[in-house]
Amino acid sequence: MPELSVIIIGVISAAVGLLFPLALAGPLTWAERRQSAYMQDRIGPNRAALVIGGKEYRAFGLLHPLADVIKLITKEDTVHHSVDRFLYNLAPLISVFPALVTFAIIPFGPDLMSTAGTLALAPFANGSVPGADLLRLPLQGARLDIGILYIFAMSSLAVFGVTLAGYASTNKFALLGGLRASAQMISYEVTLGLAILGLVMAFQTLEPASMVYQQGQLLFGFIPKWGLIIQPLGFLIFMTAATAENKRVPFDTAEGESEIIGYFIEYSGMKFGMFYMAEYIEVVVISGVVTTLFLGGWQVPFLFSDGFHFPWGSMLQMSEWLVTALCVGAFVLKVLFMCWFQLTIRWSLPRFRYDQVMWLGWRVLLPLSLLNLVLTGLVILS
Amino acid sequence: MSSHGHGQDHGADNKGGAVKDVHREHDFVERLYVPAIASGMAVTIRHFFTNLFSKEKYTATVQYPDVKTPYPSRFRGMHRLVPREDGAPRCVACFMCQTACPARCIHIEAGETSDSSIEKFPVVFQIDELRCVVCGLCVEACPCDAIRMDTGFHPPPVQQRGTAQVGRADLLAFFGKGEQGTRMGAHPPPTAGGQGRIDRSEGDHGAGGARGGF
Repeated sequence: MPELSVIIIGVISAAVGLLFPLALAGPLTWAERRQSAYMQDRIGPNRAALVIGGKEYRAFGLLHPLADVIKLITKEDTVHHSVDRFLYNLAPLISVFPALVTFAIIPFGPDLMSTAGTLALAPFANGSVPGADLLRLPLQGARLDIGILYIFAMSSLAVFGVTLAGYASTNKFALLGGLRASAQMISYEVTLGLAILGLVMAFQTLEPASMVYQQGQLLFGFIPKWGLIIQPLGFLIFMTAATAENKRVPFDTAEGESEIIGYFIEYSGMKFGMFYMAEYIEVVVISGVVTTLFLGGWQVPFLFSDGFHFPWGSMLQMSEWLVTALCVGAFVLKVLFMCWFQLTIRWSLPRFRYDQVMWLGWRVLLPLSLLNLVLTGLVILS
Repeated sequence: MSSHGHGQDHGADNKGGAVKDVHREHDFVERLYVPAIASGMAVTIRHFFTNLFSKEKYTATVQYPDVKTPYPSRFRGMHRLVPREDGAPRCVACFMCQTACPARCIHIEAGETSDSSIEKFPVVFQIDELRCVVCGLCVEACPCDAIRMDTGFHPPPVQQRGTAQVGRADLLAFFGKGEQGTRMGAHPPPTAGGQGRIDRSEGDHGAGGARGGF
């Protein structure tokens, strides 16, 4: 029988890993429309209202995702007679699944330590290993030694959902969209992997939590050793490739609203909604991965397990629970910031033509990521 | 040929074809695209935060049913018939407005009056507000300033076509904008009452034909 604290922390971690991206996906659909409106000098959705006692509560349009869900679920589900029913129904599920499970690998807080009945914070940023009598409880859905590879394994699966949707719809536009999406996703996966490989070389690990722990160290005594700072080129390449992986503007050739509409053209109701949801879950997942790999994960600069140690020598003592809360809060803030950043990219940049997407992927980003690897290797060797 | 400069056209040799071949030279910084992306995003981010936090927003949206902007003073709204001192319409049933109307929405039936200075008056004066194109030509055409469009409000929405027929009594009851309270007597609110549908089955063929004024 494992200890109670192990069970509690494990359940919390698993729930956060599964529900955090899911819970954020709904508000993100609102944020996308509302933010784009503000960027384009409009107001955006603000009219869905709850009427309680004759008074309207609009909540800045936050009720629109709710209204959308009600609409999508109650909408008639039209299925063309010629579709491959099994694959057609399977495709949205395959799209959502990899997006949902990837977040399990993201550590959202520092490890906790437990001895009989007590719970304490594992010391971080100094690399010490807790004693053998201590149980180490990760605030992470699943701690895998090959966590980075797990991310790739799952994001590769997303191709199947898109391709199957395009194929099973027996619609030439859907097929075109599916083909484009699969070609694009496979192309950018190469770059995505090579971009992260630089970080793997720098941190000498494939385990996200260990990467986050190492990012708590300081360069020259005052610069946080975040992935963004030791791998700026890698960050740029990763962001670009990740946006392309998610098929969002400026890489939305698979949807191409003006030309082919995309692989989900034959879908309606909640099945279409699931493709839509998968996109937003993936936005959260990308934000989580970028935060973990490049923005120091849950690390707050100069915050150690007993409080702030500023580079100019002063110190701010803090309780362990406050430190834990600060770290988790920092992680959530960073993820929200990255979500905002991705939405800003999506509503700022014009989209690429299909051949330009391929050109950028194979002729620009791939050589750049290889160059990044070579540079990283040179720095490590020297 | 300089490698600097923004988007210089070097396609001067147009060899007789209709397609002009344009070659644009971009220097290294331009081909990086990252500075351009950054400056583009700076614009959108500035607009986002200005519209979110600042008092002086770029947003010009008027949330219409909640917020209404005042109409300009020469706004053409619902028609009205201008009354004389005694309350009868100024209209002398000369049919000028009915002739001028491009939408043929005015229907007048004239009657004789004992007043020798006018000779005629409108027994029926109906305007089909659904047909009206709000051009104001009837107001221009009227020799007696008997019809105006200065009420300042829209024709109200109707559930049935017949109720969009506004009759003489209602037209006479409407005030001009800013005229409120200057006339005697109580007047009904601006609702389209009307006197039932007009049968237009006669003389309404070939719109814009020989009979049309314009």
